[in-house]
Amino acid sequence: MIYAPARVCYFIHSALYVLCMLLTAALGLTDEQKEFQKVAFDFAANEMAPHMAEWDQKEIFPVETMRKAAQLGFGGIYVQPDVGGSGLSRLDTSVIFEALSTGCVSTTAYISIHNMCAWMIDTFGSKENREKFCPDLCSMKTFASYCLTEPGQFIFLSLLLDCMPFISGGGDTDIYVVMCRTGGRGPKGISCLVVEKGTPGLSFGKKEKKVGWNSQPTRAVIFEDCAVPVNNRLGEEGQGFNIAMKGLNGGRINTASCFLGAAHASVQLARDHLLVRKQFGETLSNSQFLQFKLAEMATRLVASRLLVREAATALQENRPDAVSLCSMAKLFATDECFNICNQALQMHGGYGYLKDYAVQQFVRDRVHQILEGTNEVMRMIISRDLLTES
Amino acid sequence: TMSGRVIVGVKRVIDYAVKVILFCCCNRPIYVLIFYPVVTHLTLCLLANVSQLTPGDCCTRETIRTALAMGADRGIHVEVTGKDYETLGPLQISKILAALAKKEDAQLVILGKQAIDDDCNQTGQMTAALLDWPQGTFASEVTLEGDKIKVVREIDGGLETIKINTPAVVTADLRLNTPRYATLPNIMKAKKKKIASMKPADLGVDLTSRLEVLSVEEPPQRQAGVKVETVADLVAKLKELGRI
Repeated sequence: MIYAPARVCYFIHSALYVLCMLLTAALGLTDEQKEFQKVAFDFAANEMAPHMAEWDQKEIFPVETMRKAAQLGFGGIYVQPDVGGSGLSRLDTSVIFEALSTGCVSTTAYISIHNMCAWMIDTFGSKENREKFCPDLCSMKTFASYCLTEPGQFIFLSLLLDCMPFISGGGDTDIYVVMCRTGGRGPKGISCLVVEKGTPGLSFGKKEKKVGWNSQPTRAVIFEDCAVPVNNRLGEEGQGFNIAMKGLNGGRINTASCFLGAAHASVQLARDHLLVRKQFGETLSNSQFLQFKLAEMATRLVASRLLVREAATALQENRPDAVSLCSMAKLFATDECFNICNQALQMHGGYGYLKDYAVQQFVRDRVHQILEGTNEVMRMIISRDLLTES
Repeated sequence: TMSGRVIVGVKRVIDYAVKVILFCCCNRPIYVLIFYPVVTHLTLCLLANVSQLTPGDCCTRETIRTALAMGADRGIHVEVTGKDYETLGPLQISKILAALAKKEDAQLVILGKQAIDDDCNQTGQMTAALLDWPQGTFASEVTLEGDKIKVVREIDGGLETIKINTPAVVTADLRLNTPRYATLPNIMKAKKKKIASMKPADLGVDLTSRLEVLSVEEPPQRQAGVKVETVADLVAKLKELGRI
């Protein structure tokens, strides 16, 4: 028999409460950021997670769901409000993408690419370009792709001749933000252009068959004598390299954030599985090895998250260490998160290998270690920064 | 469309999915929000009806902010403390709501039909009685028709449709609506929306409880069953236990 005072009080079992707090990823956030995160988590759980497997297996580009996300403000998260964006910070953005990714990494990653393109036009575009392109991008009436490749071809001003492989969204999107060579050798010869679908000379390669990221189509984007109006240039001629570098910093945080969400979801799946699955007469959660493994996974997840959020803050504040931090965050978080997702799959035993279980999709979506600059390139950037005499 | 104020009550309770252990004397219960469906096309004014006032108590204000982010225009936080908070029940809440409805000159009060912590299903009805207003409870559909409201109610026998005059009290059933997502811009606008604080005394409400809780106990542990071999054994056992 348990006595209680006039009003019954409830207390959540302390261990459960603490674990939930760690896994809510809300620690250290402002009230407002917690609200953003809550909306993103809810949207991910209700609108994305139930379809994640189907989108992957049938290679569906979920236009309607993304437009629903855009209605909530996710189409131009760090684009300025005067052209339809939400005007939030890089940290807010990281929190949002991390939460959305728990519903579908591939779709969220595409949304982050779309956001980056919208931001580029917003930040570097002329008044006309901002007003022409940004509102529709923010509402996702139109979709964008980003084309950055090894500049190798000499081309004439405004006539593009190039083939860019592996463009996310390529062929299905409406706007292509392209970095291309318009001048001499070296970075100063690169400019940034906006090419609209339907421009004569713009065509696409075959849709690639990928291991993961299947809810977004990937095609080569081909320019052959493609005439682009000079007005569609973002920034000055020769400013392209500069714009691309700035874009990459944010892109790296976004990429890292998306994979954080995958790891977050994987840890939760693994934890739930350990509590349910019995072997040798008891639940897997009683195995000390698995307890320790889970602890390591959670620790590395939190460490990754902190680094990514710090990098986001550094970028927002334009700190001198922002570039290095973004590279470090991308390197560390994507490598750690892949290991976390992989471990989570292992903990599921044979079930982890079945497509009925979500954890394998998080593992297959591991391209985050490769794009936005491979993790090997991240090491180049960081070591160069360390070894340069300032 | 209707012009006029709508008051929506919000209660913060423990999530149904949480495992709860009874513990005594906890001053800071940890709550998770349950949302009530919100009628979409009316101007809303929001009320939070319970709170324990502790310095820096963010929980209730957080709830109100979330609701403001979902589209409410303004928040009202009625602060109840100490013994009054301990004995707060539907009767006291409905007195507060009735006073607020009069003060705000509301045309409509929308509440949930039944909270998932106490399962009372009383506040809406009591509020309507105190105000002498018509009530449309267990609403799964609400339509404005001029200065009347058509309410489709979910009742045991099926669906009942009634038409009531305004001002009125409506309590929401599950199928009335799907809660909308807060949008990012609305979350930011919510920061600037006002939350007024007041005490029950400001509304002239007496919160004395008519109930005294004598004890709270867990139900008895389920006992193991007994297996018997034959029907004769069963009958004998039942007689032995005095069941027949």
